[in-house]
Amino acid sequence: MRPFGAIAAALLTASAVCAAEIPQADRRSGYSFMKADTKAMQDEDTANPGMLWVLDGEALWKRKLGAANKACADCHGDARTSMKGIAARYPAFDKAAGRPIDLEQRINSCRSNHQQATPLPFESRELLALTAFVSRQSQGTPIETGADPQLAPFIARGGERYMQRQGQLNLACANCHDDNWDKKLVGSAITQGHPTGYPLYRLEWQSLGSLQRRLRACITGIRAQAYDYGAPELVELELYLMSRARGMAMEAPGVRP
Amino acid sequence: MASALINVPAKAKRGDIIEIKTLMSHIMETGYRHTTTGEAVPRNIITSFTCRFNGNEIFRADLFPAIAANPFITFFTTAAESGKFEFEWTGDKGFSETASASITVE
Amino acid sequence: MQQPPNSSRRQFLGLAGGAAALGAIPVITVRPAEATPAMLASAIQNVTAGAVVHTGKVKLDIPPLVENGNTVPMMVTVAHPMAPEDHVRSIHVFNEKNPQPNIANFYLGPHSGRAQVSTRIRLADSQKIVAIAKLSDGSFWSASVDVVVTLAACTEEVI
Repeated sequence: MRPFGAIAAALLTASAVCAAEIPQADRRSGYSFMKADTKAMQDEDTANPGMLWVLDGEALWKRKLGAANKACADCHGDARTSMKGIAARYPAFDKAAGRPIDLEQRINSCRSNHQQATPLPFESRELLALTAFVSRQSQGTPIETGADPQLAPFIARGGERYMQRQGQLNLACANCHDDNWDKKLVGSAITQGHPTGYPLYRLEWQSLGSLQRRLRACITGIRAQAYDYGAPELVELELYLMSRARGMAMEAPGVRP
Repeated sequence: MASALINVPAKAKRGDIIEIKTLMSHIMETGYRHTTTGEAVPRNIITSFTCRFNGNEIFRADLFPAIAANPFITFFTTAAESGKFEFEWTGDKGFSETASASITVE
Repeated sequence: MQQPPNSSRRQFLGLAGGAAALGAIPVITVRPAEATPAMLASAIQNVTAGAVVHTGKVKLDIPPLVENGNTVPMMVTVAHPMAPEDHVRSIHVFNEKNPQPNIANFYLGPHSGRAQVSTRIRLADSQKIVAIAKLSDGSFWSASVDVVVTLAACTEEVI
């Protein structure tokens, strides 16, 4: 166990942009903490319930809709080539918004601007399905999020939030996921919090869910007020976590307990 | 939107014992949960799964609320001849979905 | 808690379990570890119609310590030939502490080749799971497993 001083030291250096609180060589995907039965669910497509959303997403990708009567495929063609590696770079800087947006927001911006259709609600089956289908095309690719220099101040803000103690339990994300990841909380393994598999199928949820859903549950867990879906604070946290996982392999759709 | 994932080998030798894996989208709402305001959430589950090969039933299962969401069921069969597997899931609220897969037996 | 001077906790539990088996108390939450609750017994009775259930032939694979009770992988294998004259007809799986004792029934035949099925189940709590196989000669065989369900640390309100 690390001395308590390490937590204080981490908090003092919180403003630094640091992608290496956990040394590179020690970084582990949440997958590696799972029992063999749960790993087996992710390992094989026909055993992985997340693939049901990928299938739905593939159908949606080809469906013409909106005032423009366009399908995703009409502009982007075959996702197997056009979307390869894309999810591994999100959240990404969006010129129009002047700030980072995550993959769900990117899909919705495409719907509004190019398909002239109404945006899909966060955590709706359709949005999860499209996100899962696009993310699946990056399976096995190393995460590259955060390479764009315009993202630096947003990554820094996400990092500060990650180190900031909050809520009635007065815990920062780092207190569990940097300092105690080799331990357990009740029966669950504390992981390092690398979002390599999102959107992913949680056995607890019995459904696919987004990284924002997971972050909101974590924030509620420390009894702090969770940010709304789509809030800039959540996107910055996603951005920080993805850039912290840079180089790790994308697993979407992952399976977690 | 309901999707099914079926894993059947495309080819087999006559007499081979093959494994069939199936996964179907479904919430499998138990009927034992309540909303935060105390209202009971009505049961909505798949109650029956059937697999037919060339029209004959080769496997059937009765499912109860203890089956996890997005039911995953695997079983075995002997490859006797080429043909088509037909899968059918039925349940509450008129739920009925089908899928099929073909096999070549040499 | 006050107890009558001559009644140990074990005796009290034994009495409660006995009453449940007779159907006097429909559902109780405290019972001796080895007792078969009335609901489970009656669900099994519905399948066996009172026939003797032998121990053996059936293998029930469930992780002894599950990661999340909402989705628990389970496999049942019956070590028995699958021949037209002698085969496994059906496999029935039950649990002890979910609101309902039945988990699933699987119907097989000689064409199945191998009497092995798997699925994913829900377990509300640590409990005993029972699998019973019915053979073509009308005999019943069973296996049971005790599963420990750990509760997740950070769960969210689902509804």
